[in-house]
Amino acid sequence: MRVALFATCLVDNLRPRIGLASARLLQDHGCEVVVPPSQTCCGQPGYNNGDVRGARALARKTITEFEGFDYVVVPSGSCAGMIIQHYPRLFRDEPDWRARAESLAARCHELTHFLSHVLDIRLDRTFEGRVTYHDSCSSLRELGIHGAPRTLLSQMHGLVLLEMKETEVCCGFGGTFSVKFDEISERMASNKTRRVRETGADVLAAADLGCLLNIAGRLRREDGGPRIFHIAELLAGMADGAGIGGPDKA
Amino acid sequence: MTANTHHRFRDKAHAALMDEPLQRAMDKAGDGFIARRQTAIAALDQYEALRSRAKSIKEHTLDHLPEYLERYEAQVIASGGQVHWARDAEEARKLVIDLCRRAGAGSVAKGKSMIGEEIGLNHALEAAGMEAVETDLGEYIIQLAEEPPSHIIAPALHKTREQIIAMFREHHRSHGYTEPLETVAEIVDEARAILRDKFLKADVGITGANFLIAETGSSVIVTNEGNGDLTALLPPTHIVLASLDKLVPTPEDATTLLRLLARSATGQESTAYTSFFTGPKPRNDGHESAYHVVLIDNSRSRILHGKYRDMLRCIRCGACLNHCPVYTNVGGHAYGGVYPGPMGSVLGPLLDGLAQAPELPNASSFCGRCAEVCPMSIPLPELLRQLRNDQFEERITPLRQRCATRLWSWLNTHPRLYRALAGPAMALLSRMGRNGILPRLPGLGAWQRGREFPAPEGGSFVREWNRRRGRTRHE
Repeated sequence: MRVALFATCLVDNLRPRIGLASARLLQDHGCEVVVPPSQTCCGQPGYNNGDVRGARALARKTITEFEGFDYVVVPSGSCAGMIIQHYPRLFRDEPDWRARAESLAARCHELTHFLSHVLDIRLDRTFEGRVTYHDSCSSLRELGIHGAPRTLLSQMHGLVLLEMKETEVCCGFGGTFSVKFDEISERMASNKTRRVRETGADVLAAADLGCLLNIAGRLRREDGGPRIFHIAELLAGMADGAGIGGPDKA
Repeated sequence: MTANTHHRFRDKAHAALMDEPLQRAMDKAGDGFIARRQTAIAALDQYEALRSRAKSIKEHTLDHLPEYLERYEAQVIASGGQVHWARDAEEARKLVIDLCRRAGAGSVAKGKSMIGEEIGLNHALEAAGMEAVETDLGEYIIQLAEEPPSHIIAPALHKTREQIIAMFREHHRSHGYTEPLETVAEIVDEARAILRDKFLKADVGITGANFLIAETGSSVIVTNEGNGDLTALLPPTHIVLASLDKLVPTPEDATTLLRLLARSATGQESTAYTSFFTGPKPRNDGHESAYHVVLIDNSRSRILHGKYRDMLRCIRCGACLNHCPVYTNVGGHAYGGVYPGPMGSVLGPLLDGLAQAPELPNASSFCGRCAEVCPMSIPLPELLRQLRNDQFEERITPLRQRCATRLWSWLNTHPRLYRALAGPAMALLSRMGRNGILPRLPGLGAWQRGREFPAPEGGSFVREWNRRRGRTRHE
């Protein structure tokens, strides 16, 4: 099957290896992976900041780029949520575009959901470590994803999954919220890092780079903590090195 | 009231985050609400079915609001009461004060009422020379503190026990109370003793309404202290304050909503007291008894006919406050208006004007928990997003922010230019990274105040993937 990978602008620019890890996971399980080269941002920043016209323009662009694929996979609950839940809403009054948006929404999946529910993969990799998993709000509440990442992580040999308390509470990222209300965002991030530390895990994983940048940024300011990886890096056997925001090796 | 003086959310949030007693009080209160609601909802067989019935009851009522309002009025009159219509807060205040004057009131007992807060009733009563006595314990506490409520069902949520005890000692000394207080029971007993006298002295009792029932002309309130009953029953005159959106067609409909209200609010199956008032009460003490309902529009009919109509389904349970990570960290006063939290961030701008509360619609990370727990299925994040859109279109959003947002959208619709800029920028930032994080940069000021920014890895996934496959010609 032909699967288009929508890398998301954060992954594309800040941590390309998450894109590689996602592509590797898809290829390893029989997908022909295409990465449409003109892809940029899904339009969420504009959409959430009042610029609906700008968001619509970007949605049209993304919809066009990702037509003709069996599936579209996104390594982010937030951007997948934008495409699946919000693109159709953006075209409430434009039936043609609405139909195209709905077609994309129906073919679009967040990465862990796709691996677990569409491909139904069984991983045969080893990761020795205690891992705690952070649910992004959009994965959890917009897409209803809770089991998929946990199922995948528990397939890894040697991996011990430790649940943190209040896993359903926001980490405080929220896109531009994190800078518009930086103090509140930071307090929310501190609450989250406390929950992360309580688990005693060596690794924090999540399926959204936005949350990970936020939590990693706070952990580093607090002077360290577990290593941080996108779940795709863990599942693809690419979780080596210092992780997101981690210090260089001495 | 001018922009950024009425609400000033950011400044107040800053103060709240630094306020240690407030933080202690919020921490203590928070988990209880969430856990109790969770248990109560889990024990309810068909929560989702009930929730969808509740939504359709309110939708149906709003679809036929004029008919139900007329029906309600006719029933109130038939039961011996009177209905007074107020277009806005000012009319409502005048009506209430006039009714109180006609009842010869020197002292007015008040049950907890958010619409009373909304119309600024206490100040108006006092300005008219009447004593307004809040009879709900929480309301009584904040009345002593001269503060507005910080939560729609637990008005003194932000106060610690120590603060309350200190305040009681200061204010109750003149009533002869000097013994040291310690337990919650002692606090409640002392307040009860003081309030008992005031109930007996009051000439008028004012309550809000959780629901108004069109079929019977009844008003319904729920309380856990029984103060609402005393307020309504002891003084000869009872005035009910309610906004138009409180209407429901039948007692059965009210019951359906009550089942959701108590569980969502406090996690109770039902509150200690659920009281139905229909017309003037019979008296045998020679006093004439009167029953008045002041029905207040105050923007409701405007909201009803606009894109924020969903908000009129709100039954004021407070679940969205209790589950909001912003509210639970900064408390209700930061919001600056009558209603805090997610519901207040929608309602505040609708009542006061978007320009008066420009920060509120933005004070959300869109985590979606409010919508998840709302018993009336109000899509709060969608309404907040719509308000942000209105701000943008009406140019209330600061120019710099509008330009940045537009520029981002524009740049991203031009992939070639986007890549030409992003490539070198990420390469530069990646080289600037030390130990995995970026140094302090002017553009990252707000982020870096309390967090590091992880350094980009360098390169672009999309470009490199396609370069390797010779596909860059499509760019």
